[in-house]
Amino acid sequence: MNSFWAVFKRELKSYFTTPIAYVFLVVFLFFSGYLMFKQGFFEIRQADMRAFFINMPLLFAFLVPAAAMRLWSEERKSGSIELLMTLPITVTQAVLGKFFAAWVFLAIALALTFPMVITVYYLGDPDVGLIATGYLGSILMAGGFLAVGCFFSALSKNQVISFVLSVVACAVLVFAGLPTTMNYLSTFLPAGLVSAIETISFETHFESIQRGVLEFRDISYFVLLIVGWVAACAIILEERMAHG
Amino acid sequence: MISIKELRRSFGPVVAVDGVSFDAKKGDVLGFLGPNGAGKSTVMRMLACFLKPDSGTATVCGCDILKNPLEVRKSIGYLAENVPAYDEMTVGGFLNFVCDARRISGKARKRALDRLVPMCAIESVYHQAIDTLSKGYRRRVGLAQALIHDPQVLILDEPTDGLDPNQKHEVRQLISKMAKDKCIIVSTHILEEVEAVCSRTIIIAKGIIIVDSTPDKLRQQYNCSLDEVFRKITRTKVA
Repeated sequence: MNSFWAVFKRELKSYFTTPIAYVFLVVFLFFSGYLMFKQGFFEIRQADMRAFFINMPLLFAFLVPAAAMRLWSEERKSGSIELLMTLPITVTQAVLGKFFAAWVFLAIALALTFPMVITVYYLGDPDVGLIATGYLGSILMAGGFLAVGCFFSALSKNQVISFVLSVVACAVLVFAGLPTTMNYLSTFLPAGLVSAIETISFETHFESIQRGVLEFRDISYFVLLIVGWVAACAIILEERMAHG
Repeated sequence: MISIKELRRSFGPVVAVDGVSFDAKKGDVLGFLGPNGAGKSTVMRMLACFLKPDSGTATVCGCDILKNPLEVRKSIGYLAENVPAYDEMTVGGFLNFVCDARRISGKARKRALDRLVPMCAIESVYHQAIDTLSKGYRRRVGLAQALIHDPQVLILDEPTDGLDPNQKHEVRQLISKMAKDKCIIVSTHILEEVEAVCSRTIIIAKGIIIVDSTPDKLRQQYNCSLDEVFRKITRTKVA
């Protein structure tokens, strides 16, 4: 078993052996359901999960940093990073192991929303492709937010600071693409810049995937985002080891 | 086995280690002594490849700490002063994680655990969460983690800190028993420990090695107990 799996296994297990997983799952599942019905699921009179997925960006922007904040802040605060980094594990393996463990945890959280899917199937005849792409977009977006959270977690020993900074960064990335923001920005920015800002927003790409269209640029957006922020996280950690 | 040349490390404006050099071979039990803030832990962290030196180099079992940190970590068992561990894990879960990370699996893992758990006397707490353990038991778990892969080099930062007199004696016995086949560096404030266990003594203060000798030679040279030798050296030479 190589070191990546050792870190991955340990991290995933630790979510479930502490109250973290249970509190997070209950809150996430409650709000994802509540917001869906508040959005007007019944009023729309359509058996699809649009009302469910439309709230994902904002919900994730708050909850994913909560899952990510402990990844590195806690290690540095408790000193266990000194154990981790003196085992024969590279920084890359450790960062990837923790990131993927958290991502799998979020995937489990999403999987536990299956009652919504059952509800929609019971009530009508939904388009399975749309539901599948909705979940795919959600998982990718969760990964993106997680990567941002990972970075801020490595930046600070204090979990509150990591959380707040991650939420702000994620919120900026979500809000950048919202129509109201776009309208406001276009009043004083050139059109080219506005559309550039639109392309770096989560919302735009998530909407696109959710609509059932799997375009390379949307998938690659998330992949690049994840790779970029996770690499930045690894660089920060290496830097701390080199210069305290 | 260990060769250190002119290691230097600063933390901002504070120079923690200022040109430390020494060698250690198999069979040595090196007692690393010094006042608080002398740089002992920093040197150990650099050897364990947790910190990178600003300049200088070191090799452990032929591997360079800058070029081959992974290989170095494979041959070292390191116990840090604050005994870092994952508090929410059980002792057994934690040791299994360390075996995963060190790629000890199957029969080899079973053998390692069967050997180590009685050696460090942690059978009674094997299924307990680490954050519920007393200081002494936690340190023993840390020691088990450092020994589990039977490393050639041991770097122990205050291994008997917080242990009761019986446990202190047991750990010292353990170190003496392992000394023949390993190279062990022990940092400590307990001078009787140096006399009991160490074959060599290095006294470091303000990041510089002041003395590199053996406990017997030091006692003869200064004609007093090791306690007074320590006081004399660290008070006068560094004033």
